[in-house]
Amino acid sequence: MHWIDYLPPLLQGARITIELTIYSTLLGALAAFTFGLGRGADCVPLRWISVAFIEVFRGTSLLVQLFWLYFALPVLGQWVGLDLRLPPMVAGVLALGLNIGAYGAEVVRGAVAAVPRSQHEAALALDFTPRQTLWRITLPQAIPEMMPSFGNLAVQNLKDTALVSLISLGDLAFRAEQIRNFTQDSTTVYTLLLLMYFGMALVLTALMRLLERLVGRWRGANAPQGG
Amino acid sequence: MLFGIEWDTSSNWAFAWSILPILVRGLWVTLQAAAVGFLLAALLGLILAAMKGARLRLIRWPAKLISEFLRDTPLLAQLFFLYYVLPDYGIVLHAFMTGALALGLQYSAYMSEVYRAGIEAVPRGQGDAARALDLTPARTFIDVVIPQAVPRIIPALGNYLVSITKDVPILSVVSILDMLGVAKIIGDRSFNYLVPLTLVGVLYLLLTLVSAALIRMLDRRLPKQGVPLR
Repeated sequence: MHWIDYLPPLLQGARITIELTIYSTLLGALAAFTFGLGRGADCVPLRWISVAFIEVFRGTSLLVQLFWLYFALPVLGQWVGLDLRLPPMVAGVLALGLNIGAYGAEVVRGAVAAVPRSQHEAALALDFTPRQTLWRITLPQAIPEMMPSFGNLAVQNLKDTALVSLISLGDLAFRAEQIRNFTQDSTTVYTLLLLMYFGMALVLTALMRLLERLVGRWRGANAPQGG
Repeated sequence: MLFGIEWDTSSNWAFAWSILPILVRGLWVTLQAAAVGFLLAALLGLILAAMKGARLRLIRWPAKLISEFLRDTPLLAQLFFLYYVLPDYGIVLHAFMTGALALGLQYSAYMSEVYRAGIEAVPRGQGDAARALDLTPARTFIDVVIPQAVPRIIPALGNYLVSITKDVPILSVVSILDMLGVAKIIGDRSFNYLVPLTLVGVLYLLLTLVSAALIRMLDRRLPKQGVPLR
């Protein structure tokens, strides 16, 4: 087998990797904003839930979380009489998204806390509702601050998707291992594997930079016109 | 049975209690792998940082490329590469060393940035003052820059040690019996994954909470004006 022949199965795997990255990054962003804002909320139970979520998912290993969702959750389901067996794709997206979301929540919290207090006071003085303050004052200023960290987390997430190959989901890493078992041509297969991940990471970094620039305009667009 | 220790499946609590000594054996392996991986990363990171700060482009650019490549590719892929490719070229390492090397390589890229940021955070005026006092560049670096960079570098390195510890379970795929590796075996044999995997999660949580508290304490204790080397 020539190395060109490895490409079709590897690209098939890369498709799964890309899908996983997209779904889990979206879930991660949702979790990041929910729990990152929840941590600073006035409602005490919401704050506690957010802190617990962030500590559990940042404090334990991603692979442990993935195995727990895939292997342990069905056992728990059996005890309570529910079918909690998750398809590998669902377990993968959940574990990856919630894990990266917990890291993202800390980024959201930090960026929101960095918005000057005077901005909130001004919003209060102008009789903005809390919802308006959040959407029109806090987030437009905080989100651009979050973008560089989000870019790093997105690449981290892409790298983490390789772990789903361990719950037999046919992603890029899984396909590479299959080809290696078949051909024993380790050097070519794993060099290709590393280069493909590297290429995807570079593209993702470029996309996140683009998004960063796009979002960076918000600050300007939301500034008071004409002083 | 694992490591000659039997487990008791009469109830979940009895099961958890009986497998705890086995998991602690795994935890010990986890800590060892993390420690060796951390030392390798600290050393390789220092070399990368020195290369990235070199004046010669011929040294600086390859270092930047290597660092970017190590940071942008998954640990699992690097581990497979080391585990399967090195033996083809006659380099046969023990699985444990292969795993520690993979951790060391991946994190050396992150650590080189920690060193660089720590050194760059030392105010420029300090270098000017050293020159005014006629100190040699070597003495300036050893006695002025490094002592002030250390309090910034140590807590960041501590955080990466925690990250490395959380990445050790990945090494279980090359048959290293770390905490997750033994939990998986117990699950495979008892058909009860819930108890061992939950215990691993709880032990990890305890480990990271304690480490985070220690790092915060260390951060407070380190004198911000600098740690003299001699």
